[in-house]
Amino acid sequence: MKQLLNKKNILYVIGLAAVYGIIQFLIMVDIINQYYQVNLVVICINIILAVSLNLVTGFTGQFSLGHAGFMAIGAYVSAVITTKMPQEYSFFIGIFAGAIIAALVGLVIGIPTLRLKGDYLAIATLGLAEIIRILILNIDYVGGAAGLTGIPQYTNWTWLFIFTVATVLIIVNFIRSSHGRACISIREDEIAAESMGINTTKYKVLAFVIGAFFAGIAGALYANYFYYIKPDLFGFLKSIDILVIVVLGGLGSITGSIFAAILLALISAYLQSFPELRMVIYSLLLIIIMIYRPQGLMGTKELNSLFRKKAEKIK
Amino acid sequence: MPILSVKKLTKSFGGLTAVSNVNMTIHQGELIGLIGPNGAGKTTIFNLLTGVYVPSSGTVELDIGNGMKGLNNLKPYKVTACGVARTFQNIRLFKDLTVFDNVRIAMNKNVKYGLMATFLRLPSYYKEEKIIEEKALELLKIFKLDSKKDELAKNLPYGEQRRLEIARALATNPSLLLLDEPAAGMNPNETAELTDLIQWIRKQFNLTILLIEHDMSLVMKICERIYVLDYGTIIAEGKPEEIKKNKRVIEAYLGEEIADA
Repeated sequence: MKQLLNKKNILYVIGLAAVYGIIQFLIMVDIINQYYQVNLVVICINIILAVSLNLVTGFTGQFSLGHAGFMAIGAYVSAVITTKMPQEYSFFIGIFAGAIIAALVGLVIGIPTLRLKGDYLAIATLGLAEIIRILILNIDYVGGAAGLTGIPQYTNWTWLFIFTVATVLIIVNFIRSSHGRACISIREDEIAAESMGINTTKYKVLAFVIGAFFAGIAGALYANYFYYIKPDLFGFLKSIDILVIVVLGGLGSITGSIFAAILLALISAYLQSFPELRMVIYSLLLIIIMIYRPQGLMGTKELNSLFRKKAEKIK
Repeated sequence: MPILSVKKLTKSFGGLTAVSNVNMTIHQGELIGLIGPNGAGKTTIFNLLTGVYVPSSGTVELDIGNGMKGLNNLKPYKVTACGVARTFQNIRLFKDLTVFDNVRIAMNKNVKYGLMATFLRLPSYYKEEKIIEEKALELLKIFKLDSKKDELAKNLPYGEQRRLEIARALATNPSLLLLDEPAAGMNPNETAELTDLIQWIRKQFNLTILLIEHDMSLVMKICERIYVLDYGTIIAEGKPEEIKKNKRVIEAYLGEEIADA
């Protein structure tokens, strides 16, 4: 326990409580109205998606284009559970069932595909995510192409906040452990990693499964907020959206993913007023950022390491 | 009993036989040199011993404390788990990670705390991470790298990168250490220091060492026995003095004498 009760962690807890409290207050007094709340939900879900994909692509170095597939599994599994079980606790059963099934599918997909490298892996994961989407499309039980409607809305700011913080915390804890370092060493040099006793296959699959698990949670939160889901929401473009956030924030930076998720949601919300030019400006901004910051906003650095460097310089 | 026994080891890539019928026996505590002209197949032998390549035929057996174990079809990480560690000819550090992390990564195989302990930072996480930190620092001190532990590996001068690679290999706690040209690119002073260091770590860590090296001053000074490889076959084996006089070795390095010239 004493390792947990240091000044830094207490500051984090106070900061998080403040963020939660302020936003909860703003929602209660309706400054954050229904419209802004949608953006808030999108930001939180995108943070979960981006941080979990960053674990696979940014830290372990396995280029995956199939993240939306796992999100779809989480969304559909939880939607079916919450629609069929009217009790409120079905929300949690739905989230965990969705996450675990997404993780299991991640395991089944990961074992054969993670033998591939680079572009080949990207194409394989892309294909598998499409298979997931098309399978869902053809299951009449979940509405087929028309989608699934009447999902109860259980997701609220409190749960979103809790799940987002928990996701970030768990993934950061993982990265800063021996297991996480093993994943990073695969990104750096797979042959050297294996020669240093790292079971590279195991760690690649592990990162992939953890990523799928949290993508499943994101999907479940999504389904239980928007009442309605359809297979098209989880297509190829959704995977690209998540990848854009990760690359923009910096492959290998958790804080980068969080910033990028917030920034892109804000830009996108602001551009709603110019519907004709929205995608043009959005794409231009992405191009400009990538030209001037090809390593992403944060590179592989985290926010606290930047502060530490500054403090050292002042000394 | 030998610690490493290699019998009739052969590796072909398509029509090219890179290593053919190599026999080697290395005993506990020995320091063996493996020399030969460029392209003779020395690094290929290292890759065969460590599981990077699968042999076409022949066997590699290692004494793992309770008898000999075949390494033939093991993956590299399993070979490392049996107690074989290596360095690379063209330095393969984790360049964008810190010196400290480079060494800590090599200790992964001994980590026992599981995923729950990782996600939730249970006490076992803190306990084992502390042990890893202490061990890594100890190793870095031996290699005089402790003051640079937070620097990125790619920012180290060349000689220190070579030293870090050896430190990282030792972090896997090996009984057999394979060094692939540890002195390549070093100046004579650095080579002399490295020579002392190799002898010192051998005693300190109770190691058996097999090294590939082109720097003959180093090889002749510290190796007890030398294997000479040419075109994938062992052409000579013996003590440094014998190797220096061996006619086939001189031919391999300098070319044949022309008769009646």
